[in-house]
Amino acid sequence: MRLEPKPAPSFAATLLYPLGAVAATLVFTSVLALLAGASPLDVFLLVAKGAAGSQFALMETLTRATPLIFTGLAIAVAFRAKLWNIGAEAQLYMGGVATVVLGTGALPLPAPLLIPILMAASMLAGALLLLGPAFLKTRFGVDEVVTTLLLNFIVLLFVSMLLEGPLKDPMGMGWPQSIKVLPEARLPRIITGRRLHYGFVLAIVASVILWVVMKRTTLGYEMRAVGHNPEASRFAGIPVNSVLMKTALLSGGLAALGGFSEVTGLKGNLTSDLSANFGYTGIVVAMLAMLNPLGVVASAIFVAGIFVGADSMSRAAGVPSYIADVMVAVALLTMVTAIMLTRFRIRWR
Amino acid sequence: MEAFEILLQTSFWVAAIRIASPLIFATMGELICERAGVLNLGIEGIMVAGAFAGWVTVYGGGDLWTGVVVAALVGAAFGLLHATLTVPLGLSQHVVGIGITLFATSLTYFTYRLVLPQVSSPPKIEPFTPLPIPSLSEIPLVGQALFAQTPLTYLAYAVVAVTAWVLYRTPLGLAVRAAGENPSAVEAQGISVAAIRIGAVMVGSALMAIGGAFLTMSAFNSFFFEMVNGRGWIAIALVVFGSWRPGKALLGAVLFAAFDAFQIRLQQISGGIVPYQVFLMMPYILSIAALILVARRATYPKALMVPYQKGER
Repeated sequence: MRLEPKPAPSFAATLLYPLGAVAATLVFTSVLALLAGASPLDVFLLVAKGAAGSQFALMETLTRATPLIFTGLAIAVAFRAKLWNIGAEAQLYMGGVATVVLGTGALPLPAPLLIPILMAASMLAGALLLLGPAFLKTRFGVDEVVTTLLLNFIVLLFVSMLLEGPLKDPMGMGWPQSIKVLPEARLPRIITGRRLHYGFVLAIVASVILWVVMKRTTLGYEMRAVGHNPEASRFAGIPVNSVLMKTALLSGGLAALGGFSEVTGLKGNLTSDLSANFGYTGIVVAMLAMLNPLGVVASAIFVAGIFVGADSMSRAAGVPSYIADVMVAVALLTMVTAIMLTRFRIRWR
Repeated sequence: MEAFEILLQTSFWVAAIRIASPLIFATMGELICERAGVLNLGIEGIMVAGAFAGWVTVYGGGDLWTGVVVAALVGAAFGLLHATLTVPLGLSQHVVGIGITLFATSLTYFTYRLVLPQVSSPPKIEPFTPLPIPSLSEIPLVGQALFAQTPLTYLAYAVVAVTAWVLYRTPLGLAVRAAGENPSAVEAQGISVAAIRIGAVMVGSALMAIGGAFLTMSAFNSFFFEMVNGRGWIAIALVVFGSWRPGKALLGAVLFAAFDAFQIRLQQISGGIVPYQVFLMMPYILSIAALILVARRATYPKALMVPYQKGER
């Protein structure tokens, strides 16, 4: 068999294949639900209800979507330039570290000054972390997939070391956690009594800015060109290595903002479970959005809804909540297949 | 001085080979995939699935070798999925690989919770026990380390020997290597590049899964979450470090494991002056250092990560 590019994907194909991917994901998940002794329809209804069935549920979904938007954007910008940053998890934690190092009393400033400083500091921390692998890639040709993956483990141990050492909360009853950031550093809640905070608004703003950068600036054009064909880009006079470094700074900074937002908006302090695999899930979010920054917002909310909905479904129907993780992974695999099928035709011979 | 004495302890070398064993399986598995031109980032998740599949087979009443076979079959199945998406369909090996890791890991955790809904401590199985080889295991220092291990470790040695022999001494091995270097030459011989690559990824993934099964069936005796802990990613680094050669990769895995066993002992004698996390970081830091060290002279298989289409040049 061989693949032939379609001259112009038909409207029906661009609609049908992704719908097929969704259907395949639902079928696979139904089998798992049946294995767990539950009715698939009940499971899906309970997930939907848990994700968006009430104002509370919807606010929880948006709260969970917030870090996923940041990591999704980080992956989207990096993958666009074919910089395989699998280390958003680590960059998010570095953002959290920078936030608590400066935000717990080192800088006694009013909120309008302190919050931008913390944002800048956490972005810098995440950006510098990805700069290492980007430098090793451009300078020595070391594959960034492996280095960014390994850095996830190193940074998590580093965070654990800080939380049991210099950043340990003396009043934390022995728990490995940092002290809370100053009240001036906290992002306010959007609605009183709900956990949704202004980190969500920040995430939306970040995605709009990134969309403008990607579509309307020279840097965005260069990133796409480098991702499409590095050799041709170099030949056309694009400074490929410098574009990759800028991409790394942007990507690492965006992921780190997720850490900043989780600490200042939601948790108040740093713990070693700040991220529930947000870095890895961000890859799925970015791919489902076809690397479009605005699409990332929608896909992050969708993915967050599955996780939040599955948590409440699991309590009600007794199906392990890991079904959400399976569903998201299957969605990734079926969706990349569907996107390919809209662009290529399979010829059997 | 104390640190130096560690190197003369038999127990140190025994531990080093034990730590190396799952890495040897995983590294050979990844090496076979990459030699055929496919980067398999599903390795981490396939190891998780293999660890569970082997363990649950024995937990459910199967014998140990049945567990190994089941683990291998589960690995091969994930390999088939990976290969279907990356070889004929030519999807991004990065994205599919990460997707397979997420899929295999989450499906394993889901199944674990189905089988064992509420357990505080994971149940145990009767794992493989060391099987000293007469006379060979009595050689001072190395005898115990190399020849008083469990049968799965001996299987790991055999896998390296067979991989090296097949890759360099058989027509099949030539076809595998050519599929990773110059696929159109393979096609010109009338051999299907797709078949070779799919087969290599399935065999490689089966080996990765056995590497995972080593953890639950030989190194430990139960399955727990996050037990693979980056070993798959380390194996990918070891393949690069070993220049895609089985012998060198074996050497890399043993060196790496010796270092790991060394840091565990160093941690014990350091008396808590250095935070324990620093020691735990060392294997990952070492892997990155190894990658940098060989980066200049690393010669990747030329068609690695390049999808092949019949009739294309």
